[in-house]
Amino acid sequence: MKLIYHIGRYFELMFTALRRPEKLKVYFKRLIEEIESIGINSLGIVCIVSVFMGAVLTLQVAINFTSPLIPRYLIGLSARDTFILEFSSTVVCLILSGKVGSNIASEIGTMRITEQIDALDMMGINSANYLITPKILAAIISFPFLNLLSIFLGIIGGYIIAILTDVVTVQDYVVGLHYMFIPYYIVYSLIKMVFFAVIISSISAYHGYYTSGGALEVGRSSTHAVVYSIIVVLLFNLILTQLLLT
Amino acid sequence: MIKIEQISKSFADTQVLFDINAEFYSGKINQIIGKSGSGKTVLLKSITGLLQPDHGKVFFNEKEFTQASIKEKKLIRQEMGLVFQGGALFTSATVEENVMFPLEMFTKMTKKEKINRVKFCLDRVNISDANNAYPAEISGGMQKRVAIARAIVLNPKYLFCDEPNSGLDPQTAIVIDQLIKEITMEYNITTIINTHDMNSIMEIGDSIIYIHEGKKWWEGSKNDIFISDNKELNEFVFASQLYKSVKEIRNG
Ligand SMILES: Nc1ncnc2c1ncn2[C@@H]1O[C@H](COP(=O)(O)OP(=O)(O)OP(=O)(O)O)[C@@H](O)[C@H]1O
Ligand SMILES: [Mg+2]
Repeated sequence: MKLIYHIGRYFELMFTALRRPEKLKVYFKRLIEEIESIGINSLGIVCIVSVFMGAVLTLQVAINFTSPLIPRYLIGLSARDTFILEFSSTVVCLILSGKVGSNIASEIGTMRITEQIDALDMMGINSANYLITPKILAAIISFPFLNLLSIFLGIIGGYIIAILTDVVTVQDYVVGLHYMFIPYYIVYSLIKMVFFAVIISSISAYHGYYTSGGALEVGRSSTHAVVYSIIVVLLFNLILTQLLLT
Repeated sequence: MIKIEQISKSFADTQVLFDINAEFYSGKINQIIGKSGSGKTVLLKSITGLLQPDHGKVFFNEKEFTQASIKEKKLIRQEMGLVFQGGALFTSATVEENVMFPLEMFTKMTKKEKINRVKFCLDRVNISDANNAYPAEISGGMQKRVAIARAIVLNPKYLFCDEPNSGLDPQTAIVIDQLIKEITMEYNITTIINTHDMNSIMEIGDSIIYIHEGKKWWEGSKNDIFISDNKELNEFVFASQLYKSVKEIRNG
């Protein structure tokens, strides 16, 4: 029952938010700010996580492929496909739910409880449109770049392992990277990323926008934003994979 | 002029406002007074449409606001300025950006005109040299004044102030009261102030309504207060020894 209420209110909010903005210049400025806060500020975490996971994944796969029947280049292939298919989209988005989602929810939630949103409404500004739309757009623009960057850095992480250790030779690894490469997988990954961008930014904005009470409730909204973003991301991961890959 | 008819508002099971009728005049300081929790903020928010009253009508210069279309509401909104109880300044923007914001959204002024207008409004509330400070970096009294500057930057016809001088020292409080009064008379604004500050009531209260437990209990001017025999009003106004003596002296 409560779920239906939330879903209804969520779509109502999105409907209000996704109107044509009144003053494009101001919204463009907002968009740039949000790309900085949502995209640029997430570069660090995405880089670190991707390089380390690329390295660890390559190590683990290499150690487990002990049979001489398995060609060594499959190590490079598995690193590549893991990142393209799952890690750089879904896992990165789970991490971004935590970072970007809680950030959006607490920012908008604080504006709500300190009446800054009322102040916007009072001026005759569509506050949902002004606050939420630039965030969603910024996420849609930034997330695919983070995705490509993560794929690239994950593969680099494995490459570093190939150079530094002898679990796999650089040559085998590079051959693996090229072996049976399916460009469509990148498209699949990018499509997922755009969906997740909308999911994370809009669900977090929803939780922030309907905060009521005080600082404690802002914290609670922030937690809800992360939890529900993660659940919906996982759900859509399943649905999109079913639709796009099978 | 603003007129309200039969405004009622409840939250869940508790009714906060009961059938309130009132008129608020232009060029005058109209005050809504009452104890903490009596419903002043809820009434002000119902008048401005930030809260939707359960029933009742609000008229801005004869135009019914409660029934207006979204577009009409938007236009009337641009003629309103509201100073929130907590200031509600945009925390991520500087003082100057806060005051300039309505100009950016609703005017086609050049950069220079905007800067001049902001400077004029900040001068009006006696703030200088704080343009690039963030709200967290200035005092509560200054925040209130910046909020007033932001509320008047578009030359509003209607100004709403929710306890504009709560939490301020008496001297600063009087400065702010006088400021609001001057602006009101100068531009013939319909100003509504929520307050439970006796000084403020005595200083500037042209037309006062007293709210008691969500009902309009009394109305009159600051002078009428001294001759009223309304029990609850007297308890509220003459709670302090100071105002008791003032009353005794005035009434001989
Ligand atoms: N959003 C809300 N949800 C539920 N109850 C509310 C809400 N807003 C106000 N109330 C209740 O309405 C009553 C009146 O509150 P209001 O804020 O109008 O008081 P006030 O007269 O402005 O007091 P103060 O002088 O302390 O600001 C209070 O009992 C409050 O608990
Ligand atoms: Mg109040």
